[in-house]
Amino acid sequence: MRFVDEFQNPILARKLLDEIAEMATVPMSFMEFCGGHTHAIMQFGIRQLLPSQVKLLSGPGCPVCVSSQADIDQAIALSNIPNVILTSFGDMIRVPGTTYTLQEASASGSDVRVVYSPLDAVQLAVENPGKEVIFLGVGFETTAPGVAASILEAARLGLNNYSVFSMHKYTPPAMKGILNGGEVRLSGVIGPGHVATIIGSDAWRFLPERHGMPVVVSGFESVDILLTVHELVHQVANGIATVENAYTRSVLPEGNLAALKIMNEVFEVSDADWRGFGVLPLSGMAIRAKYAHYDAKVRFSMPQVPSREPPGCRCGEVLRGIVEPPECPLFAKACTPDHPKGPCMVSDEGACSAYYLYGQSN
Amino acid sequence: MYKKQRVTMAHGTGGRMTQQLIESVFAHRFSNPALDRMNDAALVQVEKEGHLAFSIDGHVVNPLFFHGGDIGQIAVYGTVNDLAMMGARPLWIAASFIIEEGLEIQTLRRIADSMATATSTAGVQLVAGDTKVVERGKGDGVYISVAGVGVVPPHLNIDAANAQPGDVILINRPIASHGMTIMTQREGLEFESVLASDTAPLNGIVADMLQVAPHTHVLRDASRGGLGTVLNELAVASDVGMILSEASIPIEEAAKGACALLGLDPLYVANEGVFIAIVPPDEADVALEALKGHPFGTGATRIGMVTNQHSGRVVLHTVLGAQRIVGPLSGDLLPRIC
Ligand code: SF4
Repeated sequence: MRFVDEFQNPILARKLLDEIAEMATVPMSFMEFCGGHTHAIMQFGIRQLLPSQVKLLSGPGCPVCVSSQADIDQAIALSNIPNVILTSFGDMIRVPGTTYTLQEASASGSDVRVVYSPLDAVQLAVENPGKEVIFLGVGFETTAPGVAASILEAARLGLNNYSVFSMHKYTPPAMKGILNGGEVRLSGVIGPGHVATIIGSDAWRFLPERHGMPVVVSGFESVDILLTVHELVHQVANGIATVENAYTRSVLPEGNLAALKIMNEVFEVSDADWRGFGVLPLSGMAIRAKYAHYDAKVRFSMPQVPSREPPGCRCGEVLRGIVEPPECPLFAKACTPDHPKGPCMVSDEGACSAYYLYGQSN
Repeated sequence: MYKKQRVTMAHGTGGRMTQQLIESVFAHRFSNPALDRMNDAALVQVEKEGHLAFSIDGHVVNPLFFHGGDIGQIAVYGTVNDLAMMGARPLWIAASFIIEEGLEIQTLRRIADSMATATSTAGVQLVAGDTKVVERGKGDGVYISVAGVGVVPPHLNIDAANAQPGDVILINRPIASHGMTIMTQREGLEFESVLASDTAPLNGIVADMLQVAPHTHVLRDASRGGLGTVLNELAVASDVGMILSEASIPIEEAAKGACALLGLDPLYVANEGVFIAIVPPDEADVALEALKGHPFGTGATRIGMVTNQHSGRVVLHTVLGAQRIVGPLSGDLLPRIC
């Protein structure tokens, strides 16, 4: 366990900060794609330690936050189908639907259960042969292989009562969406460490190749993030743009081939609706026809619910990096973690919850 | 093969089976004059001076047994510690068990054994109890609620609202060990060898400290919500600000590593045997020495101070030299999914 201290070493961090300040002679902004990075950056207080020339913007890397309102409403509505046990990661439970949350559905009699792994949901299906167990598949390439594995396991066990409601998404299309939208001017990208562990750092080569923009895949400790910013500043200052991997203890250029194989066995590329972006082509993971038996969208007639994003909530813009959470008029007033208006205040990867929990003291 | 005995609905009827369960599992393990009478309520003799402290806490833990403790032990210590945090000397407890049909009687015996050990370690008597059985699927094995009574000496004035600017914030031992033990065990991660829960009765160490620091303003165990959430509650209750130094907050390597792996902030991880003491500056040094002199306080240290600035808020000076807020946690701490 010694590895943690090495990547939290304050002396090394200071040195990196000093060098960043020296190199950053022109204004530059970097987007941290991943919501885990947003939290880590706030937790370590990194934004205020960087020179004023270097700005960090939070991005769309919060799986719960980018789920469209329609998907969330449908997921919640699934819990009303008689005889269904709806299972989910904890993050989804308090996300506001148009009229209510899963937590409220559960309190009014729906059977909603938080699981720590999709395999726990499969186990529930085994133990409850008379019930339909649905798992809410939320997440990027990070969680998708585990969910795919749960479908393969259900198939192996010959289960007839397990299915997945897939809201899974690929990350690169969202990054492309931001760049093509042209609303923010970025000098580089802090690449998502856990996503890249699965898809590989090479999956981000389109950034330098097509957009002339450096990307550095980062770990989640303070020194990891500073090393990443250091490399980005170095590249910008020297007019270079490449993919660098600053998280070599976890990420390979080609990714985790075994995980990718499982993911691709079960999921195929589809269009997907994102909060803040609308429909992004080829950005979603749909369950292949071969596994339609385990696809909740096929198994159940999907409840049609009128959906409306929370009035006044600016999550969409937060996810595109164009507003910071405190710029939302509801932030810390009508919208708090106890009474969240939008998903960005609920999820542990959401930028609003990070700003609320770890805001600057002045 | 010998068939495992299990709790059945018949054990919950209140009839002879219930009696048998109570006698075979509980009664002899906790024998004391007040309990042995088996009346509808226990009669106890109270002291003439001071206040009675009275508390209750319910326990729902999955898994029931974990490295360094079990549900029975934390049920006893949880209530003992709630009393101790008012400066009370805990004396009597009463326990209610909601048992799920199908639980092995042997499991219940293990829990009762552990509770019996815990009561004698903490120096309290279990004087009343109750069992109920619920249908299979309606409970997580067993839920235990423990109520307790203790006596607070008249000269103490400990209250969540008593923190004063200038006070020193002390902690008795490293944070996050308990929560990370539970979480890694639940997630099937192999940390068992190095992580153990810090479950402990705190009345002894608190008594030692209050001997030398009788003007202690606040005591609080940093259980649910972790150190960060608990300090927020105190800052609001006392209408003061708090300043913490990240570098001085103790945490063991294994817990830190597990937090990094799951993407959790140790400041919000639950503890069992960890408490904070907010003491006036002139008693801070002796209080700290007293804590360090107790086995549950070997890691005791000063983590921050109370201020009259940014009232109701906790501010952390990070290791890197930044200043940020430590907000209160809302809901559960969840492993990251991104
Ligand atoms: S603060 Fe609340 S309402 Fe505003 S953008 Fe964030 S989640 Fe939405």
